[in-house]
Amino acid sequence: MADQDWVYSEKLKSHFTHPKNILDDEAAYPADGKGIVGNIKCGDQMIVVIKVDKAANKIVDCKWKTYGCASAIASTSILSEMVKGMSLEQAYKLSPKDIAKELGGLPEHKIHCSVLGDKALRAAINDYYQRNGLPEKVQKERARIVCQCMNVTDAEIEQAVMEGAGSYYELQEKTKLGTVCGQCKDEASRLLEEYTKKHFSK
Amino acid sequence: MNKRKVYLDHNATTPLHPQVERSLKEAIGLFGNPSSLHTFGRRAKGEIEEARIKIASFIGAEAGEIIFTGSGSEANNTVLSIFSCPSSHCTSLRGGRSEIMITSIEHPCILETAKCLEEKGTKVSYLDVDKYGKVNLESLKQKVHQKVGLVSVMMANNEIGTTQDIKAIAKIVHSQGALFHTDAVQAVGKIPVDVKELEVDFLTLSGHKIYGPKGIGALYVRKGVPFCPLIRGGHQEKGRRAGTENTLGIIGLAKAIEMRAKEMQEEETRLLKLKLILSQAIEKNIPDLYFNGHPSDCLPGTLNVSFAGAEGEAILLYLDLEGIAVSTGSACASGSLDPSHVLLATGLGAEYAHGSVRISMGRDTTIKDIEYVIKVLPKVIKKIRDMSSAYEKGGNNG
Repeated sequence: MADQDWVYSEKLKSHFTHPKNILDDEAAYPADGKGIVGNIKCGDQMIVVIKVDKAANKIVDCKWKTYGCASAIASTSILSEMVKGMSLEQAYKLSPKDIAKELGGLPEHKIHCSVLGDKALRAAINDYYQRNGLPEKVQKERARIVCQCMNVTDAEIEQAVMEGAGSYYELQEKTKLGTVCGQCKDEASRLLEEYTKKHFSK
Repeated sequence: MNKRKVYLDHNATTPLHPQVERSLKEAIGLFGNPSSLHTFGRRAKGEIEEARIKIASFIGAEAGEIIFTGSGSEANNTVLSIFSCPSSHCTSLRGGRSEIMITSIEHPCILETAKCLEEKGTKVSYLDVDKYGKVNLESLKQKVHQKVGLVSVMMANNEIGTTQDIKAIAKIVHSQGALFHTDAVQAVGKIPVDVKELEVDFLTLSGHKIYGPKGIGALYVRKGVPFCPLIRGGHQEKGRRAGTENTLGIIGLAKAIEMRAKEMQEEETRLLKLKLILSQAIEKNIPDLYFNGHPSDCLPGTLNVSFAGAEGEAILLYLDLEGIAVSTGSACASGSLDPSHVLLATGLGAEYAHGSVRISMGRDTTIKDIEYVIKVLPKVIKKIRDMSSAYEKGGNNG
């Protein structure tokens, strides 16, 4: 019988059962850059380390460790393969959508599990820039306040969308934006549409 | 690939008892509408009433006190709706009492319904539980007051298996003039339940948790207590639940209960033994874990354990690949971002709640199954911890 009852794609399954590039011994790994994101209280945490060929400006190796679910494990495993040989700029641009595509698709409610890997990768790249006296290259994760009353940023809206907010009401439930003066409704709705397209369109 | 298949998720649902299967096959042609006066109808009606007597007698009730529903969830919804119906008729039946009190560890069909009623204006208050998931009787005494119409406390918790002292709780509730409901979906057929002995006013039970069919539940309503139907528009169930009766479901439920009456006691002893073997082996072979639920006031077949530094969905899926079916309180397996509300209510840290696994055994569970789990589980936990960013052996893992 084929494994028709497996919940996710076959590719995800193979990366889940045989995850690649796990960081077994952190002390023995001379990383050029290291990124840690997430929080185990929220159910997931990720460490990504990279080695960089300085002259070529390329990632030559990538290892990781995670406290996370099957999708987090598999998406980071595949990410660690994808980035080898990529330029730092290329790697920085990788999105959860790219990873999900490479995995053969992810259910919508699992997209947020795959965002930690690329987030940690960007943190590792930024860490590399800092260590190598290139702070001007550090790209701040974009964050602009959209809802002034409740202090909600576009990054938080994007996060909420990835966590499954599909309507303005659900966005409000998750972020509390627009619950005071309501002036940000149009802007938030526009972002909701933009991020939904970015992360969920086929 | 002939991998062993081990089903350890009996609190989610159970396979049909072979005897139930047989009774369903025998009854498959019983299509008559039980409300019809002709032979076809009367035959179906006769079977239903016979089933009602069997089920009632198993829990110490009278046949007229049993209402068949489409599920345990429906039965629970029905009870809560009685106590929030704003009609003057229902309000006067309740003696003007309109508040509801529930625990923080109820099944979502109680919690979500209560939340919805709250939004519509019903006052709902919540009872906390201790670290084992037990309701504190002292705090219950202080909290129940003159306006509370209904207190609902589940008899056995589906996630951690903790059982409550229902008789003592009902007594306190009654002393304040309120009525008492218990969701006994996980209890009936696993541990002794007698409504007269426990002195409950309402009790919910379900078919598919005890080797009966899905889509059938029952609500015990003590004679003389207020009632208001959730589903209207028919005289079935004496006007208390409209809709043509699920004849097959009812026959299957009665058969399941008949078999429980025969097998329950022996099975309880057997499952307790298996659970002890399993929990001792897990404790011996896997470091840094925490057992959830009450050590003794617990369903015989339920074991809930949290593993530091290992995420529950990953544990569940690695075990699934080895042929073992369990469930988890991790957020990632539920589709929401929050881990089990039950584990959080017991004061367990979120990081431990995400790493919880529920193993629920049943009548088909054998020692071989348990030995297989004992062999596989430590390897799975080790594999996950080896790649975990949040695990440090013997360390402070959270």
